[in-house]
Amino acid sequence: MNLHLKIWRQKNSEQAGGFVGYDLPEVSEDSSFLEMLDILNEQLIDKEESPVAFDHDCREGICGTCSLVINGQAHGPEKATTACQLHMRHFSDGDTITIEPWRAKAFPVQKDLIVDRSSFDSIIQAGGFITARTGSAPDANEIPISKEIADKSMDAAACIGCGACVAACPNGSAMLFAGAKVTHLNSLPQGKAEKDRRVLAVVNSMDEAGFGNCTNYGECQEACPKEIKLDVIAKMNRDYAAASIRGFFSKAG
Amino acid sequence: MELNAKIPDGPVAEKWTNHKSKIKLVNPANRRKYHVIIVGSGLAGASAAASMAEMGYNVSCFCYQDSPRRAHSIAAQGGINAAKNYQNDGDSTYRLFYDTVKGGDFRSREANVYRLAEVSGNIIDQSVAQGVPFAREYGGLLDNRSFGGAQVSRTFYARGQTGQQLLLGAYQQLSRQIGLGQVKMYNRHEMLDVVLVDGHAKGIITRNLVNGKIERFAGDCVVMATGGYGNVFFLSTNAQGCNVTAAYRAHRRGAGFANPCYTQIHPTCIPVHGDQQSKLTLMSESLRNDGRVWVPKDPETAKKIRESKMHPGDVPDEERDYFLERKYPSFGNLAPRDISSRAAKEACDAGLGIASTGLGVFLDFRDAIERYGKDKIAERYGNLFDMYNRITGADPYTTPMMIYPAVHYTMGGLWVDYNLESNIEGLFVAGEANFSDHGANRLGASALMQGLADGYFVLPYTVGDYLSRQGLASAGKVTIDAPEFEKTEADVRARIDKLLSIQGSESPRSFHKRLGHIIWSECGMARSKEGLEKAIQDIQALRKEFWENVKIVGDADEINQELERAGRVADFIDFGELMCRDALMREESCGGHFRVEHQYTEEDEIVQSGYLSSGEAKRHDDTFGFVGVWKFEGDGQEPSLHKEMLEYEEVKFVTRSYK
Repeated sequence: MNLHLKIWRQKNSEQAGGFVGYDLPEVSEDSSFLEMLDILNEQLIDKEESPVAFDHDCREGICGTCSLVINGQAHGPEKATTACQLHMRHFSDGDTITIEPWRAKAFPVQKDLIVDRSSFDSIIQAGGFITARTGSAPDANEIPISKEIADKSMDAAACIGCGACVAACPNGSAMLFAGAKVTHLNSLPQGKAEKDRRVLAVVNSMDEAGFGNCTNYGECQEACPKEIKLDVIAKMNRDYAAASIRGFFSKAG
Repeated sequence: MELNAKIPDGPVAEKWTNHKSKIKLVNPANRRKYHVIIVGSGLAGASAAASMAEMGYNVSCFCYQDSPRRAHSIAAQGGINAAKNYQNDGDSTYRLFYDTVKGGDFRSREANVYRLAEVSGNIIDQSVAQGVPFAREYGGLLDNRSFGGAQVSRTFYARGQTGQQLLLGAYQQLSRQIGLGQVKMYNRHEMLDVVLVDGHAKGIITRNLVNGKIERFAGDCVVMATGGYGNVFFLSTNAQGCNVTAAYRAHRRGAGFANPCYTQIHPTCIPVHGDQQSKLTLMSESLRNDGRVWVPKDPETAKKIRESKMHPGDVPDEERDYFLERKYPSFGNLAPRDISSRAAKEACDAGLGIASTGLGVFLDFRDAIERYGKDKIAERYGNLFDMYNRITGADPYTTPMMIYPAVHYTMGGLWVDYNLESNIEGLFVAGEANFSDHGANRLGASALMQGLADGYFVLPYTVGDYLSRQGLASAGKVTIDAPEFEKTEADVRARIDKLLSIQGSESPRSFHKRLGHIIWSECGMARSKEGLEKAIQDIQALRKEFWENVKIVGDADEINQELERAGRVADFIDFGELMCRDALMREESCGGHFRVEHQYTEEDEIVQSGYLSSGEAKRHDDTFGFVGVWKFEGDGQEPSLHKEMLEYEEVKFVTRSYK
């Protein structure tokens, strides 16, 4: 198939960027979206032009590195699919495809389609963990966990930290990402001891990093390649409220 | 090159306990005076960094990705082995140890493997405590499944995303330490060399991938957990960024490279579709629990399927060859990876392949869906089926999956002793980057086990022993102002300048593809003397061409993915030659290394007796019962071979049979 591409080009975080058009002939329908960009880059190199920088690694939808807004949608048109698993058979000959980086205050562009997502790491560093000293764990079967709880926790833990939720949100909010981590850990008996500390720290760090607030658009859920549900945000809000109230009374106490 | 494995005395089951009790410790108050450099943030790197930071060491951790959470351990699907015997099916530390040694075709180091089996249970405990949501039964206890090469159910799993969950567990512990300031994390930093001071590893040189800055980092020791080299084949199931550069650079500085020819070809990957392809996708081995592998018995039928003139579902049972079940009745579809891969290749070589390229066999869930119902199968493998559907556009619930072997894991790696220390003092190597535990073939669900065993339960002890032996007076003594840093940095800069100055006409990716083609053809699933000799010549010619004609657009002081790729491809080219040399030297077949000259035939008694089928790998324990360790002797020089003899005290060499 033959394609027209409109790609965001930006030399670095200092300089302004803009769209540049490219025509790309003879792309196989079996190619993935990123393989299509590989082909473009090989052609640009041939012409002594700078290839398009984009983030990618595992190319099997699990590392969360790829981060493209395709025709206005984070990860493109296919539901529950990362850009690396999107295949060209979902496009048609002659299509014009617009490709942009994630756009959010907390994810500054570093070059072309590459953004800095270290603010996500900061959230996890602040509270997205269960303190578990190496070597001091009890036997794994000591605490039975109902299948229902384990499955619910796993549904939230499936988050790949790609940031599509932030890119899709009109407010640039990280509530789906943070909610998924809080739900994963706060649902489990192992996570109970730090439940309040965790949710307070996570929310605080999210605010500090410049992520926006949640106003219930629900775009994040639509964009999530792992189909994380808005429920995780509700759970985080509940846990946050409970932790704040407990905190208030214990201080007053 | 001195290769002292430092295996502790005593019976194999007591070695680790005794060793731990005897090695030196660093007093908790003194740990903060030591600085440990850890390169890589996958299972081995992240778990080591988190554990050592928690003990009180100052840790710096480096990864090339934009976050430590993205290391390629994340892509492991199926599970992690542990000898918990929760299923009461007769599992034990000894059995896991024995299965692993046997699975590795008697080319691993016995004492290391026993330790691995010994700590396997602790890994599960540790992970559960961190909140890893393993699959559970309705009663709330942990569920298990079976994996290749074992007759017990000892594999723990978190849907088809076990690697992801274990890595996130380790990443969260690492993140906690970063938050506490005990670990300094350097994302988007690539290690380009190791710095030796008085023969000890005391630092690294990195390139900041965002601004191109070349930086020096000094420490009291260096741990490399930099993964495997599967991308030497260009097409593999590895992530795009996985590379051999860190390991190969250490090799050039004197670290022995052990068994580079031991590569694992995984039997269940999605077949290649065309020449625009950039990577291969693995379908978890767990699928072989319920899927049945087959090809049509009749080449004409296979041809019709290839040309889409016939639906595979219309092939009657009596015209299907369930070749793994036929050849290996007691293990069936769960025969080990090397054996299953070769069987698929043989079927395709015989003209029975069913993908459009002729390179594919079926993995069929028809019977399992009939037996358990679609819902149960969806629960077990739903996400894998969806992934297959996304990539191929075909639905595995109604049409059998097509699979073909692909490069997946590399058992070879930097040589390490029992303490995971390379022959360079103070340079430790963990996870896939070292060679020690999997011999010539790795069993499924053992990579996660090894990475975490090394990081959580081995390095925290053995690194402490090294630091303690160096003495407190040495802590923090070496700084980046040492002349060795200056010299090594100059080498790194010179190489980058050289790469950028060539301004030829062929892209790094193109060279990588050409290298992959050579390696896959001649050093892939079947290897021969003639082919390997030719491959070495071809690679040498390719190297010459690369250094004359590679074309890198862009500069050194910015994000430059072409420059990154060029450096990695250059090392892959050198390393590919080493790999072929190793395969050429090893005149036997074992595990993933199959030399066509060395296989059992109808003339062998063992085949006549029915114990083995003809075409199975033929080991030569008397002449090749050793670890082949290569020493770098300079550019343009042939590397020299050194041997660590494998001595089995506990198990006896036997010919593997999964019949």
